[in-house]
Amino acid sequence: MNAWPLWEVFVRSRRGLSHVHVGSLHAPDAELALRNARDVYTRRQEGVSLWVVPSSSIVASDPGERDAFFDPAEDKVYRHPTFYDVPEGVEHL
Amino acid sequence: MHFEELLAGDGRVEPRDEMPDAYRRTLVRQIAQHAHSEIIGMQPEGNWISRAPSLRRKAILMAKVQDEAGHGLYLYAAAETLGVDRADLLDQLHGGRQKYSSIFNYPTLTWADVGAIGWLVDGAAIVNQVPLCRCSYGPYARAMVRICKEESFHQRQGFEILHTLAHGAPAQKAMAQDAVDRYWWPSLMMFGPPDDDSTHSAQSMAWGIKRFSNDDLRQRFVDMTVPQAEVLGLTLPDPEIRWNDERGHYDFGAVDFTELFEVIKGNGPCNRERMAHRVAAHEDGAWVREAAAAYSAKRAEAAA
Ligand SMILES: [Fe+2]
Ligand SMILES: [Fe+2]
Repeated sequence: MNAWPLWEVFVRSRRGLSHVHVGSLHAPDAELALRNARDVYTRRQEGVSLWVVPSSSIVASDPGERDAFFDPAEDKVYRHPTFYDVPEGVEHL
Repeated sequence: MHFEELLAGDGRVEPRDEMPDAYRRTLVRQIAQHAHSEIIGMQPEGNWISRAPSLRRKAILMAKVQDEAGHGLYLYAAAETLGVDRADLLDQLHGGRQKYSSIFNYPTLTWADVGAIGWLVDGAAIVNQVPLCRCSYGPYARAMVRICKEESFHQRQGFEILHTLAHGAPAQKAMAQDAVDRYWWPSLMMFGPPDDDSTHSAQSMAWGIKRFSNDDLRQRFVDMTVPQAEVLGLTLPDPEIRWNDERGHYDFGAVDFTELFEVIKGNGPCNRERMAHRVAAHEDGAWVREAAAAYSAKRAEAAA
């Protein structure tokens, strides 16, 4: 059994982009988690910034509840611009 | 990397980077004002949700107003990356120490106003916001990318409302024309004072917060809107609008900026009403925030 806590790793691949989840690792504390994340996930200069977050701090939606959870957005097609007929020849709309 | 080097290379500044205090203050002021505008901007259109002419229009309008609330939240979150607190920004709005866009101090007198707002006000906002997607401050730029994606349905639904009215009965067409007559000039004012009188512009351009001047963006808006008005069969209330072949742009009349400055000072038709409504909504919501905090404290206690 692994006594070290699990950390989720997020990498910003370059300035201007947001941090994106890339995976996780075990480490005894935050500082080592950062160092290990650097070695595990950015050996080829994949990033310019790293975040590590204790996995136990992440609250996730329940996969079993997925349909009920996301359904409300399903019938709202009018949120998309393609829902509207634009008369022929109209630009910049 | 050093701040100046970053800007020189068109790089993005991220929250943990060093940045001049004035840059940080300018961003906080601008992003907060932008966030406040999204939130106050729900009021003029919210006024028509219960009276939308069909279920379809009502669902669309609710979705749009809900989007504006979301835009406010994205932007408050972007401002918070600069070390300020949302509750504090709201206090400053409520105390009149921070502003919101003047356009929301005009009333929505008829259903056609909802169309004019979507077409003209969201249209002008898009012209202002698209260049902000390349703003030098990363979190603001990324918030703007999300917002711009959502704006395009806003403008289209407004155009559709006006198109329907303008091709309906004479009274409906007159209502659409009246709304455009009232919203046209205030929409042009959304781009701010002319370049010569714009105090913050030059510095914001140098910092890569602003990419185009107020007058350039205003011209861009006029150029895209005039042909759209023709399709609608509505006239824009400016006899000086005509195509200028030499410039490759539409000429248009002088904007009365004394009106803009009066509205900014608090003397627009709805300034008091908008602020009173906002403050009341905040105060009436206090019990919800307190109840949520009490509930989570109780659950934490039960779990312990
Ligand atoms: Fe918005
Ligand atoms: Fe909008």
